Amino acid sequence: MAKETRIILKNLGKIDPMKIEDAVAQGGYQGLLRARGMAAADLIQEVKDSGLRGRGGAGFNCGQKWAFAAAAPRNEKYVVCNADEGEPSTYKDRIIMENDPHRLIEGMAICAHAIGSRQGYIYLRGEYSFLSGVLTHAIDQAREAGYLADFDITVRRGAGAYICGEETALIESLEGKRGEPRYKPPYPPTQGLWQLPTIVNNVETLANLPSIVDRGAAWFASLGAPSYPGTKIFTLTGDINNPGFYEVPTNTSIQDIVYGFGGGIPGDLALQAVQIGGTSGAFVPPEMLDTPLDFDSMQYAGLTLGSGAVFVLDETRDILEVVTRIEAFFEHESCGKCTPCREGTPRLVGLLEKIAQGQGSRFDLDLAQKLGRNMTITSLCGLGMAAPVPMLTAMQHFPAVFTDQVSIKTSEEGSPW
Amino acid sequence: MVNLTIDGQSVSVPEGTTILEAARAVGVRIPTLCFHPDQSIKANCRICMCKVGESRVLQAACASPVYEGMTVDTRSPGVIEARKLNLQLLLANHPQDCLNCIRNGACQLQDLAAEFYVRDNPFEIKSRHMEKDFSTPSLFRDPDKCILCRRCIEVCSVVQTVNAYGMQGRGISSIVVPTMGEKQIESTCIMCGQCIHVCPVGAINEVEEIDKFMEAVADPDKIVVTQIAPSVRLAVAEEIGRRTGELSMESFVSALRHVGFDYVLSTNYTADLTIVEEGSELLKRIKENDRLPVITSCSPGWINFCETFFPDMLEHLSSCKSPQQMFGALVKTYWAEKMGADPSRIYSVSIMPCVAKKYEAARPEMNASGYRDVDLVLTTREVGRLFRLNRLDFSKLAPSQLDSWMGNFTGAAVIFGTSGGVTEAALRTAYELATGELLEDVEFQAVRGRENIREAEIDMKGTKVNVAVGHSTRAARELMEQVRSGQSKYHFIEIMACPGGCIGGGGQPLTRSDQQRAERIQAIYLEDQAQQLRKSHENPQIKTLYDDYLGAPLSEKSHQLLHTHYHPANNRYAVPGWNPQATN
Repeated sequence: MAKETRIILKNLGKIDPMKIEDAVAQGGYQGLLRARGMAAADLIQEVKDSGLRGRGGAGFNCGQKWAFAAAAPRNEKYVVCNADEGEPSTYKDRIIMENDPHRLIEGMAICAHAIGSRQGYIYLRGEYSFLSGVLTHAIDQAREAGYLADFDITVRRGAGAYICGEETALIESLEGKRGEPRYKPPYPPTQGLWQLPTIVNNVETLANLPSIVDRGAAWFASLGAPSYPGTKIFTLTGDINNPGFYEVPTNTSIQDIVYGFGGGIPGDLALQAVQIGGTSGAFVPPEMLDTPLDFDSMQYAGLTLGSGAVFVLDETRDILEVVTRIEAFFEHESCGKCTPCREGTPRLVGLLEKIAQGQGSRFDLDLAQKLGRNMTITSLCGLGMAAPVPMLTAMQHFPAVFTDQVSIKTSEEGSPW
Repeated sequence: MVNLTIDGQSVSVPEGTTILEAARAVGVRIPTLCFHPDQSIKANCRICMCKVGESRVLQAACASPVYEGMTVDTRSPGVIEARKLNLQLLLANHPQDCLNCIRNGACQLQDLAAEFYVRDNPFEIKSRHMEKDFSTPSLFRDPDKCILCRRCIEVCSVVQTVNAYGMQGRGISSIVVPTMGEKQIESTCIMCGQCIHVCPVGAINEVEEIDKFMEAVADPDKIVVTQIAPSVRLAVAEEIGRRTGELSMESFVSALRHVGFDYVLSTNYTADLTIVEEGSELLKRIKENDRLPVITSCSPGWINFCETFFPDMLEHLSSCKSPQQMFGALVKTYWAEKMGADPSRIYSVSIMPCVAKKYEAARPEMNASGYRDVDLVLTTREVGRLFRLNRLDFSKLAPSQLDSWMGNFTGAAVIFGTSGGVTEAALRTAYELATGELLEDVEFQAVRGRENIREAEIDMKGTKVNVAVGHSTRAARELMEQVRSGQSKYHFIEIMACPGGCIGGGGQPLTRSDQQRAERIQAIYLEDQAQQLRKSHENPQIKTLYDDYLGAPLSEKSHQLLHTHYHPANNRYAVPGWNPQATN
């Protein structure tokens, strides 16, 4: 069985998160000191070479993103940590922040040095208010210890909107406005917070940086899958014997997570499906369990890595009910800015409820699918684009769940769709 | 330059151009809904979606900048299907009430439904059943019809700095609401009606009062008299399918008689009167160094703005009533006397480019004649509807002249309709009153133009007069901040609440872009040039009014009828006869 590889979580249980000296004793801030000894361009190149890609879900090359902000001809730039971890059943960022806040602060300071920023913000999920004190305390200690001499960090708390995890909605919220995404381009690295160059990185992305700078790009690039190197923290929930979080190399398969680390399904029930990447993730049928969990392999298989949440459903679960609840979540969390998401999410819920109640027809099923597809290609931001994905992938991999519920079972061609 | 291909056509456009703009350059018109040429990009309706390259995800043409080698597909069946489905989503959450809608025939959503040959809707039709807001006498909102494009929010916050609208709720519960209040009247709304022009659907409109007019016409005891505001005749041509200005005064007057007016008079007449009164007030206040600058008071949206946002600055406002209200006060006194008519029988209707005028006419203090001075205000759009109702054939109307005593006007009155016009008219008169000399060149180019704030220094034989002209309440705010801080160098400030002045008023034919306003302004200046008399004080009927009735400018009688005062707290609930709870 595969073993955990703890890089981001290496200090877990070894240090008191409230004591900077503990973190320093474990090598904390060594990466930052090394980074500050480097020219910004070299530092960015190092991060590029490491192959580190965003852990928030989009998988963009981190160093490349920084290069855009570094090249932007403005004096004021911002580093924003996206700690709005709102994806249901995802709590990897919480684990990092509550156990090793200095790793995050160090990562942000490394980024600040690379792009030339003097101010950073941690946008903390509203429900994580209990972490605000931990982070503020750590920042104060880092400041006192001199690590934040030319870069300061402020903690800002969200108000509980899922959409604020989207980087431009997060920026709007930071600016004190309604949390809604902006259209792109322009992207935040050129025009972000207050229209100034801004790097928004996920907590997990930033937490990788101290080790990358400390141990070198080549070391990092050699870990896990070549196109998406390093480790990934997965949070395992649902019908599973060993729920919890696991930091593993990115070439680990779904099978290893569920049956290796997770220890399989309670009561020796059969696996029905796994949803990966959070609520907006795709449903994975048992026959695809050998897919490696790295970004590109998942994408190639028509799946999503997303935030790294792994949600297991045993054979007794009603997928139609689960999907309907998920779409109700998106109806609730849609910001309301663009037509397909605002108007589409409640329509999906309505159609799915109708089908679940046995009142649906072939037409309703087709319409739900047509609408879902349209949302994935016309929505303004990732929320609307991803909202129908659970439904669409469930329809793709578990067609009978839906067609069994409608009055006319199959179309003339014999294919369900 | 960037080279790209749109629907197989090569096009070369400057960097930074959007797909939408680039497509227009080669005659490809991509449908839009939330897009407005004078506003920032919204990209929220998702109607203008196009396929770019091989990307599965479509791009919003309004928000996507072009890049070298880009290939754009705007017309393939897949693209059209995607747009249509989004359109149907909007339509399914919209009242299926076009026949009863004030925007029937003038609605961008309805136009799109026709273009996309929407014959049915796969989605169940739902209505939000939200309450209509009839709390102001000027405009009403029908939130059920709102498609959440947010143009009203932008025009109100960016162009006007009034911020009467905001978003509330999220997702499907999102709704545009009056800020700081449940009802529009409780918000900071100044009733300028600029939101009406930008609303693509029937969600915000003027309070329509055609029925009241019809009742008055049907009443044999009523003498129905109208006054036509300076900018109306030019713009009303657009309502009958002609170009701005292409309707003569004689035809317009004739048309108004056909729809039922007994007497047709002119607000231009009282615009001339305003200049004589206001010009005299200006000279007096300059001489006495009294509460300078003097600020114009003819735009009721501006008065509402000043009462709401600058209640401490009201003493600077000219005490002159607006031309509409001067007319109202005189028609039931002076004109009634001249005509031997019983003032209680006179039903005074004004035709205005403005929706705030409806509120102004309803102010409790506007009853100097002993009656409500102006009984009814119809907007240019409502008059357009009256013309269509009566199916008038404008090519066959016999010309007709304005009626006696309060119909004559000069070119100075004509230019009241555009931003800068009041100032120019005032200067033409003030110069001659102050210097006693003939003004040769009556055109003050410095106060003309489209800049939000313009200024000029006029030398009146040694007396230097500094004037400023502002249009839109954003400009008003800037000028008033200067006044409040004591930094204002001006003797006279003209403010019009609407962009472009009255030609851009909230009651004018629906204005789709700033270009339309520019055309109307041009028509106004041409009209002024065509007048034989171009200075207000040369108006012979004004002379008669002073000789026979008022005595002199700023006389006691003129103060009683033609001047007013303002309220620091805008007491909006006290509008007599107006029931904020009413719905239609």
